[in-house]
Amino acid sequence: MTQKEFLNIVMPFKDKVFRLAKRLLISTEEAEDATQEVLLKLWNNKEKMEGYKNVEAFSMTMTKNFCFDKLKSKQAQNLKIVHNNYEDANTSLQKQVEVNDSVNWVARIIEGLPEQQRVIIQLRDVEEYDLDEIADMLNMNNTAVRVNLSRARKAIREKLTNTHNYGIK
Amino acid sequence: MVLNNDIIEKLLEKYENGETSLKEEQQLKNYFSQETVAPHLEMYKPMFDYFLGNQQEQFTKDVPLKTKKVINYKWISAAAVAVLMLGFYLKSNTNNDLGTYQDPEIAYNEVTKSLEMISKTFNKGTSTVGYLEEYDKGASTLGYLNEVENATNIIFKTNQ
Repeated sequence: MTQKEFLNIVMPFKDKVFRLAKRLLISTEEAEDATQEVLLKLWNNKEKMEGYKNVEAFSMTMTKNFCFDKLKSKQAQNLKIVHNNYEDANTSLQKQVEVNDSVNWVARIIEGLPEQQRVIIQLRDVEEYDLDEIADMLNMNNTAVRVNLSRARKAIREKLTNTHNYGIK
Repeated sequence: MVLNNDIIEKLLEKYENGETSLKEEQQLKNYFSQETVAPHLEMYKPMFDYFLGNQQEQFTKDVPLKTKKVINYKWISAAAVAVLMLGFYLKSNTNNDLGTYQDPEIAYNEVTKSLEMISKTFNKGTSTVGYLEEYDKGASTLGYLNEVENATNIIFKTNQ
C-alpha cells in the first residue's frame, strides 16, 4: 500500500478520530498527539489494514482505547490535581471570553459526563453513527448503548434547563 | 420546514430515550438551527448548535509517515552479518594452512637448512662490517699531519 492509498483511506475519518480524542482528553494538543499516534499505528500495520472490513470503526475503537489508557495513566500519576495543565491556553482564553455563551456551556456539561457517555454522545450526536456501529466500536450491546445515550442526553438537557432558567430569573 | 411544535416535542421525547433514528435527529438539528424556536424549547438550541459546530472541527497537524527506514535497517543488518561471516570464513581458511611437516626427520632437515641459511647470511653481514677497519687505518694516517705541524713549529721558532 502506498502512502497515497493510505491517505485516501484515512483522510475521510481523521477528523472524527481527532474529535473523539478531544472529547476524551479535552486538551487540543493532547488530542492532536493521540490522533497522530493512532494514524501512525494504522500506517505501521497497513498490511493488516486491508483485512479489516471497516477501517473507520476499527480506528475509532483504537482511538477510544488509546484515550482511555491515557486517562488511566494520568490518574495513576495523580495529574488530576493539576487539571489545568492539559487545557491549552487557547481554549481557556476563549472560554473566559465566551463564558456566558450557552454553546460553551454544552461543551462544559459534556466534559462533566462519565467517559463512556461522552464517547457515545460524540459518536452519535456529533459523528452520527448508527447505534449498531457504535455498539460494535465500543464492544457493547445495542441496548446498553441506547441506555447510556439516553442518560447522557437527559443529563445535558437537565443542566441546560437549569442554566437557561438562571438566565431568565 | 413545516414541523410544528407538537411533532418537535414528540421527537424530543423520543430523542431523550435514545429512540430516534438518525433521520429524525437530523430533523431536530435542522429545526434548532433556525434563528427562532419556540420559547419553551429554547434550552435545546445550544445543544444542537454545539453538535453541529463540533462537526466542523478539523485535525490540521501533519502525520509523519515513514517506513523505508525500517526496511533499510533490516538490509543493513543482513549485510553486516554477511560481511562478518565472509570475514570469518576467509580467516579460518588461511589459518588452517601453516605448512606444518608431519614427518620429524623432514622437519629436522628443514630446520637445519633454514638455520644454515640464517647463519650464512648473517656471516655475510659481519664480513661487510670489516670495511670499518679501513676507516681506522685512514684515521691513523691522519696522525702524520701532527708530525708536519711539529716540524713547521720548529721552523717558525728558529725564525723568531
